Amino acid sequence: MQDMLSKLRSITNDATLNPAQKARYLSLEAENSLAYPSLDAETQRALDERVICDMYEGHAPYKPRYVLPDYSVVLRDGSDYLELPVPETLDEAINTLMIAYHHVPSVTGMPVYIGQLDELLLPFCEGVSDDALYEKIKLFWRYLDRTLPDAFMHANIGPSDNRVARAILRVDAELRQIAPNLTLLYDPQKSGDEILAIAGENIAACCKPHIANHPVHADAFDERGYGIVSCYNVLPLAGGASTLTRVNLKEVALRADDEAGFFADTLPHYLELNFRLTQARVDYLFDESGFFDSFLVNEGWVDRDRFTAMFGVFAMAEAVNLLQDTEGREGRYGFDEVANALGHRISAAIAEAIEARPLDKVWRGHALLHSQAGLSDDSEATPGVRIPYGTEPDPVTHVQALAPHHQYYDAGISEILTVDESVTNNPEALVQLCKGAFASGFREFTVNVASNDLVRVTGYMVRLSDIRKFRDQQGSRTNTTVLGAEAAEMTGILERKPRVVSNELSPGYGQ
Amino acid sequence: MNSPRATVSKILTYSIVDGPGNRLVIFLQGCNFDCTACHNPHTIGECNHCGDCVPACHADALSLVDGRIVFDPLTCDQCDDCLEVCPINANPMVRDYDVADILELARRHRPFLSGITVSGGEPTRQLGFVVALFEAIKSDEALAGLDCFIDSNGYLDRSGWESLLPVTDGVMLDIKSFDDAVHRELTGKENRKSLRSAQLLHEAGKLYELRFLLVPGVTDGDDELDGLIDFVAGLGGDVRVRLNAFQHHGVRPQALEWEKMPRAGVGKVAARLRGAGINNVVTPAVYL
Repeated sequence: MQDMLSKLRSITNDATLNPAQKARYLSLEAENSLAYPSLDAETQRALDERVICDMYEGHAPYKPRYVLPDYSVVLRDGSDYLELPVPETLDEAINTLMIAYHHVPSVTGMPVYIGQLDELLLPFCEGVSDDALYEKIKLFWRYLDRTLPDAFMHANIGPSDNRVARAILRVDAELRQIAPNLTLLYDPQKSGDEILAIAGENIAACCKPHIANHPVHADAFDERGYGIVSCYNVLPLAGGASTLTRVNLKEVALRADDEAGFFADTLPHYLELNFRLTQARVDYLFDESGFFDSFLVNEGWVDRDRFTAMFGVFAMAEAVNLLQDTEGREGRYGFDEVANALGHRISAAIAEAIEARPLDKVWRGHALLHSQAGLSDDSEATPGVRIPYGTEPDPVTHVQALAPHHQYYDAGISEILTVDESVTNNPEALVQLCKGAFASGFREFTVNVASNDLVRVTGYMVRLSDIRKFRDQQGSRTNTTVLGAEAAEMTGILERKPRVVSNELSPGYGQ
Repeated sequence: MNSPRATVSKILTYSIVDGPGNRLVIFLQGCNFDCTACHNPHTIGECNHCGDCVPACHADALSLVDGRIVFDPLTCDQCDDCLEVCPINANPMVRDYDVADILELARRHRPFLSGITVSGGEPTRQLGFVVALFEAIKSDEALAGLDCFIDSNGYLDRSGWESLLPVTDGVMLDIKSFDDAVHRELTGKENRKSLRSAQLLHEAGKLYELRFLLVPGVTDGDDELDGLIDFVAGLGGDVRVRLNAFQHHGVRPQALEWEKMPRAGVGKVAARLRGAGINNVVTPAVYL
């Protein structure tokens, strides 16, 4: 108790956190003083040893990890609960969204999904000039970054090429803000080369947007659609993810005698324990928390049946290299065909196990596989199935080594390709790399341009200049800078060739 | 038909600085200029099998067999020590490729490629190979969408260009100096042929980019820049001019006596060119 009090005291007195950031850390400490959902001893031990991990989501899941409201509902019907009339003009529509966002929870307390913005706003754009549209989007964008300063907050545009998407791309490149994060859904049949070329120029300017392989994602979901949120998590629209748990493949490999034992016993064992952890957390959310009695469900923004469970894996690189060692093979992950193929086989085995293991109160009855991009306190464990920082080959070799994984990761997978600054003179190269990556089976295309001030840490962005300021004790307006600074210190992200990393969530204060 | 072969110094399947988009780049060995400022001097010479590099190879990837250098690419760890000791700026690691080899490589990387660029050395010295390669790409269903570019010093006569241009989409042409005496000093050759090439390529609509290397105190003076401005004006129309900044990376010792060209210096020259009506000026993004 004394420990806890002194921790609470150090949060309240931390000069580098603003009051809202302090309130969040205090609430996490309070939640985590409660008992954890009941787990069997084996699962508890694996969790304590961090072979499996709950992303420190908290001991009492009272809200889903990610919520993806269908905002078209509030734009069509207004909201009784929020006392919002049906919007009729573009200003009213944007204002309705601005209000709505503040009522959408997530694991961070901030909305991670702010909608398929072009589709939502286009019906309100008739009679609005391009100049007026640009001005309105610009104010909207400034509002988002200043009031919801979290780079996990994610906007989607595309796959059609349209006025709103173009205005958003123009504003995003001009303002170069951390928030919101942005994904362009790209469909070679619908999008056309022009908007892809604009996206290429934007990436060269500010490392945004990510580009999503729309036909592949659309196939994995249903007619109600999907959204891309946070760090490239792909989830059912009008639903989301109740929880994200993950398996540290390096820790699993350390507990295996050899490759055969890994596949026959160790991996299936820990996958099962992670399923149990997932079910316990989902049960609490559905049966105890009362979340699904909220207006979000009653007014139809989300549907109780459309929440999946994300099944994350990470440290594939370390796992493969350990197994290569036990088999006396020298080849390293990312560079050697045998090592790469072993990795692909691990992904396939996990996908198969997920297919075979039913879960209760989960969309379609099974978890969705996700290549998990890390936490800010992960050390010596490479995010997802990525190649370790600082050793990545050129982007083409990089894509070719990892592409066969992508077919298995319906809930999202991302590799961050680093490209040097010369590309600012040649953004067509980014377009071509993107086409090549998609033709090879990549679900998501993300680039970090070296020496941009805006840099990706896993999937969210930080400003290098903000990290420097934070370290100098001036604090930061944005929550993700704190994570970025932690990640920079813990995981060597700034060592990355040009640089980049991983970590999606900070476990809590001072961890 | 005999498939023409080329002596290749290096191949890149990812390059974002050798023409538009991402390109497959074939660096052909051997050059007819001997530029002091060359940043790949080991591509200039052609191996005479003297064997001086064999003891320098710590990986035992080089050997002399029947008076000829034999290179084992699988043993090589790319330390490049052999390049350092070569007395004639050649490269014992060159490999022979025929057109079919390059086509196979291009097919394998096709989805990632915007086009193919032959560079060097001076690629037009292996004219027959380049023509055959580009013809083969243009007539291959899977590869026809790739554009074919040449990175050249322009030291090629009209008949050479006439055989190349029907299958070439663009040329990046370097002019080392607009003053013939300076050009001879810098390259060992006159500049007349290069200037004529630029003209001919521009008239044919195939001059993708005119490149000019800025070396402080050597090629950034008033006379030189006026020469560049006048020459571009004389060409007429829109010409893309890329200013390159002399850097120390990779150059031979005598070039280290020159200063590096800083970003600010390039910016000044670019502003002067733009002020003189050259609208399409490209400057380097990266300075080492």
